[in-house]
Amino acid sequence: MSLFTDPRWGEALGHLPDYLGNHVRVSLAALALGLAVSLPLAILTRNRPAPRGILLAFASIVQTVPGLALLALFYPLLLLAASVTLAWFGVSFSAFGFLPAMLALALYSMLPVLRNGITGLNGIDPALIEAAKGVGMTARQSLLIVELPLALPVMMAGIRTAAVWVIGTATLSTPIGQTSLGNYIFAGLQTQNWVFVLFGCLASALLALAVDQLLGLIENGLRHRSRLRSGLGAIGIAALVAATLVPTMGRSSSGYVVGAKTFAEQYVLSALMRDRLQAAGLSATARSGLGSSVIFQALKAGDIDLYVDYSGTLWANQLHRTDIKPRAELVAELKTALAKDNITLLGELGFENAYALVMPRRRAEALGIRTIADLSGHASTLSIAGDYEFFSRPEWAALQKAYGLPFRAQRQMQPDFMYAAVASGEVDVIAGYTSDGLIAKYDLVTLDDPRHAIPPYDAILLLAPKRAGDERLKAALQPLLGKIDIAIMREANLRASGNDANSSPDAVARWLWEQIARR
Amino acid sequence: MPSKLAISYQEVTKRFGFLAAVDDVSLDIAEGEFLAIVGGSGSGKTTLLRLTNRLIEADGGTVMVEGEDVRSVDPVALRRRIGYVFQSGGLFPHLSVADNIGITPKLLGEPAVAIAGRIDELLELVQLDGASHRDRLPEALSGGQRQRVGVARALAAKPRIVLMDEPFGALDPLTRDALGEDYRALHRKLGLTTVMITHDMTEAILLADRIAVMRGGRLLAQGTPAELSSSSDDYVLELLSTPRRQVGRLNALLPQSGAA
Repeated sequence: MSLFTDPRWGEALGHLPDYLGNHVRVSLAALALGLAVSLPLAILTRNRPAPRGILLAFASIVQTVPGLALLALFYPLLLLAASVTLAWFGVSFSAFGFLPAMLALALYSMLPVLRNGITGLNGIDPALIEAAKGVGMTARQSLLIVELPLALPVMMAGIRTAAVWVIGTATLSTPIGQTSLGNYIFAGLQTQNWVFVLFGCLASALLALAVDQLLGLIENGLRHRSRLRSGLGAIGIAALVAATLVPTMGRSSSGYVVGAKTFAEQYVLSALMRDRLQAAGLSATARSGLGSSVIFQALKAGDIDLYVDYSGTLWANQLHRTDIKPRAELVAELKTALAKDNITLLGELGFENAYALVMPRRRAEALGIRTIADLSGHASTLSIAGDYEFFSRPEWAALQKAYGLPFRAQRQMQPDFMYAAVASGEVDVIAGYTSDGLIAKYDLVTLDDPRHAIPPYDAILLLAPKRAGDERLKAALQPLLGKIDIAIMREANLRASGNDANSSPDAVARWLWEQIARR
Repeated sequence: MPSKLAISYQEVTKRFGFLAAVDDVSLDIAEGEFLAIVGGSGSGKTTLLRLTNRLIEADGGTVMVEGEDVRSVDPVALRRRIGYVFQSGGLFPHLSVADNIGITPKLLGEPAVAIAGRIDELLELVQLDGASHRDRLPEALSGGQRQRVGVARALAAKPRIVLMDEPFGALDPLTRDALGEDYRALHRKLGLTTVMITHDMTEAILLADRIAVMRGGRLLAQGTPAELSSSSDDYVLELLSTPRRQVGRLNALLPQSGAA
């Protein structure tokens, strides 16, 4: 199948009104807020070196924070703020999605606007400012008639830079729950759907270019006092906003929101659940690519209605427990604990997606390694790779405590690349996931854990507090409980990691449902 | 001495840090008079001029404009009724010739039709062709044309007083001469009071009724060229001797029946 006849282009195009609309909305809101704050600050501090220095230093520091981290930081910050406003004023707001993304992006847009604004205003010939005063202008008139128009080209260059940055960085707002063109990129990266990745990159680049050109047209018009050109630019921006907002406004926002974390299994399961709800006549959408800590808070706050988590994850991250219990006992205890927050643990899906230390079968046999205990003797000559959170998780501490494991080197990797890396010998051992289809594909083995250092990770279905008594929802999901075993999930994950039309989460979800229904 | 004073500086002092840029200067300028203030750089002549319309504020003494202490007048209103010609034109580069000229009447809220008529009148007055110059930006003008626009702008709100800060300093000699003569004619025709800063004594003698000489912030002498030549101050005499010497040498070098 050629690249251009690939049906995934069509699928990607289908998401465009939703993704692009949300992307434009959050970018423009952020830019507008950023300008509303930065431009007056630039004007106020133009003749005051001390506050100007502090302001520029602050904006520069913000700029050095990686975009993803800045976006991620705003989520807990707003959660805190929301709990404060709830306690003091009895009103709360959603710390999920739009608001944190917009605030972080607005902060991100400040540096170029501030710096160019101040540079532009300070770069004006002092003789002209004196001339403005001399012909009888007030300070305000001097600013409006002389200084701002003369600084305009430099200021607009800053605004254009900010616009391009914001539109590009907005793709990173997906993990905090803001739908954006980043949904293509995150989903594509996780499910190895390069068509999606490419589509997302192209769409955001084109959007950035279009906005930059339109702003350029406005600037050109203002500079040459051409109402036609600045008018056309403004109409262009307005048309872009209207075109991207109209399709999303008509859609009802009511209905169930199915959450998914940022890996292929989650995309497949959320698509499966969405299909089940729709089959039961309930309207449902999937909100994919949410960060691991964001998603639980989003459920608790009711921003999403349901998702699949893993018992061991919640055990460690939400209950802060370090002890380990057998599978059934742990789920039962978790259920009681979550019920206190009104979160319903509907049940287990049937498989476990636990962390496991994974090696190529041949290598393990050659070294005589079957269990993690066997591994500890060889660890000092071997290297290990894990996902971004593994080495800071309690499981890793527990493994080290139980087995020692002084590895020669530790690396963090994108989960999808870990398996290929260990298969090719790039690293010796990885902390993989038991349900991953690539374990079979690359002929890898999971090492036994005789001292039970790693807690169980049963896939469990969680419902938001507001859905606690929703019997239609529960009935629609009932057929999934206990029906997905490790073999079938591994195969589904393997299919999802393929790179063809049948590997999209939607297609794999349909395949998975066929397997479940057959039983 | 004429009876009414347009401008009167009384024991005026202005310091920048420890430096007294203007040091206890007293000087009267009568209505209708053309006064040139002559001095080298750092003599305080530009500072004195800027004190007149409160572009800067005096530290001591009193500046009176048309009988009023400038401290009691709103500075913005004061500046709008005093014309000011800046050193290198000071034209706003993003505004057309017409918009530059019409700026002060516009600030005063005069109707657009009246301003347009006034702009045509002023362009004619400073001898620029309206049709071809109105809509140009300052960058498209020669140095002399720019300074003519600067003069037109200063006259736009029909001031009775015009302050000029080395207005013709950066021009070539021919343009400078022509512009000086043209302005002198305007001064007379419109009955203006003009204070012009220059470092060129020849220009001062040729254009002004009276000359004030400044050095190191102090006023050394004032009077008509004839009165100045009887001064006892060495610096004043030296300033006056330069044009004389030049005339002597020019007469010796140029044939008497020359074009000029």
